[in-house]
Amino acid sequence: MSAGHVAATDAPTRTRSSGAGLTADGVFWEIGSRAILDDVGVLAPGGAVTGLLGPNGSGKSTLLRVLAGAQQAGRAGSGGAAPSSASGPSLEFDGADLAALPRRERARVLALVEQDATTDLPLTVLDAVLLGRIPHRSLLAGDSDADRAAAHAALDAAGAKELADREVGTLSGGERQRVHMARALAQASRLLLLDEPTNHLDISAQLHAMRVLRDLAADGVTVVAALHDLNLAASTCDHLVLLDHGRVVAAGPVAEVLVPEVLEPVYGVRVDVLRHPRTGRPVLSFERG
Amino acid sequence: MRVPAAPRRSGSVLALPVAAVVLVLSVGVAVTIGPADLALAEVGRSVATHLGLGGLFGLEPLPALRDGMVWQLRMPRILTAAAVGAGLAVCGAVMQSLTRNPLADPYLLGLSSGASLGAVLVLLAGVPLLLPVAAFAGAVGALALALTLAGALGAITPTRTVLAGLAISQLCAAAVSFVIFWSAKGDAFREVLSWLMGSVASATWTSVAIAGGAVLVLGTLLALTGSVLDAFTFGDTAAAALGVPVNRARWILLIGVALLTGALVSQSGSIGFVGLILPHAVRLFTGARHRLLLPLSALAGASFLVWADTLARTVFEPRELPVGIVTAAIGAPVFAFLLWKGNQR
Repeated sequence: MSAGHVAATDAPTRTRSSGAGLTADGVFWEIGSRAILDDVGVLAPGGAVTGLLGPNGSGKSTLLRVLAGAQQAGRAGSGGAAPSSASGPSLEFDGADLAALPRRERARVLALVEQDATTDLPLTVLDAVLLGRIPHRSLLAGDSDADRAAAHAALDAAGAKELADREVGTLSGGERQRVHMARALAQASRLLLLDEPTNHLDISAQLHAMRVLRDLAADGVTVVAALHDLNLAASTCDHLVLLDHGRVVAAGPVAEVLVPEVLEPVYGVRVDVLRHPRTGRPVLSFERG
Repeated sequence: MRVPAAPRRSGSVLALPVAAVVLVLSVGVAVTIGPADLALAEVGRSVATHLGLGGLFGLEPLPALRDGMVWQLRMPRILTAAAVGAGLAVCGAVMQSLTRNPLADPYLLGLSSGASLGAVLVLLAGVPLLLPVAAFAGAVGALALALTLAGALGAITPTRTVLAGLAISQLCAAAVSFVIFWSAKGDAFREVLSWLMGSVASATWTSVAIAGGAVLVLGTLLALTGSVLDAFTFGDTAAAALGVPVNRARWILLIGVALLTGALVSQSGSIGFVGLILPHAVRLFTGARHRLLLPLSALAGASFLVWADTLARTVFEPRELPVGIVTAAIGAPVFAFLLWKGNQR
């Protein structure tokens, strides 16, 4: 699997001139009186892969939905919200205010890949990927040749070319994940948000998925991916944000976040950090605390 | 890169014109079928005369009796069946996509039960003339209740929509049963039963205008929402991420479906299975994308109901079945077949 490690070689954090990336500030979200997100701020450098880490229920998925505009944040329902929540969070991408963009325009700027999204309908993979073109054409128009070309290019980039005529319902988890990535790629956005893109994938498929993300980042796309696997994050991300109970407890370059002092209180396990012999990146080992 | 079209698409360009021709032929042939035999040419002559084209083609008008049979008896009924079938199929397809529930049909929000309650009340009160108005009012009332209930629970998610509709349906159905049980007898009971099963037997040109007009206006608008419905394929969050205003879109589409269904139900009673089965059958051919699915469902639904109604009025001649019995008798086995075929995938 040397291809998987190639991904890591260009991973050291780079300072990019290609734009500021994503800056979110003051994100609140609560259900009832339970704060799911409590004054979260995220900085995802442009043209880099940012890993969103945290235990189950720490608010990763909610944060991604808020960033994608699929969930209105900052207008906490029943009291107890912090003062800045009244005006909503500030979401900036490459200097533009995401919250102020019209929906369709925002959908051209950013794409979201959810966890395990599937359908009972008899949908072909090509048709599923073509859904990504919806923000790019009039709502009355059908697929143009350009749309189909974009869809095929996206399938190609996601390594799902041979799946084009299959039905989504018949795909394996790994194949389906590639299709969803292709759908997001067809959306041609400069900001890509992914919720556990490696969930349920075997190791080869995981490395493939991360490889695709690295390639995108190399092309200048800002990638934010919620990840469970800390070692995968260690080997492929440029930048990390660690959430716990709806708050950011650490953020920064990989080597600063993946240290025992930060991880142990959050996950409640003992952590030892080793060095990868070839890439020099951290490799984590865990024991029950 | 030149993109090879998926095999399924190759036929799709022709699908709509073919379905339209099938529908026109179905209407024409269905008019010739009945107790008195008519020839297709006679149907053509009558239609041409009434459309003022008789002179153009040098056609003689039909004798008054036969002309009346075509133009006053059979044509309104068959056109009403076509309009109702088209509308129900489109509404069914929209509801199934909107709720992401393959069992959804146009009556999901309690529309048919609400309409039935209105209809039964006026039938038993002895003012059948008010029936369409009462049925429409009942349908809209049920919709308002269901949406209020779903909305009161928070955002109208698919699950809440389905559950609220179910609650209202059951409530109205209980009220209908109670009213019938309490006061119906003899003829009124038959009338009520026939309405509950759905029938276009008493259709007039007014029915054609109401059902046809509703389908042309609301049905066309709904059929244009294909891209929005496509965006819902992977759920609300995915739709929002594709730039669809999820809540607003759902409200508008639900209200559109409800108004159209209410108009149809007011003319034909609640004919079952068309709105449930037709979209599934058409999806086997078109796939899940809506741009072709919606108009093709409309055309196929129209032809289907024309033939179902033709069976309903001829199989046990001179007795007539409510067309709802025929659609259920055809629909249930077809549905079972579709389920079985779905499992084969």
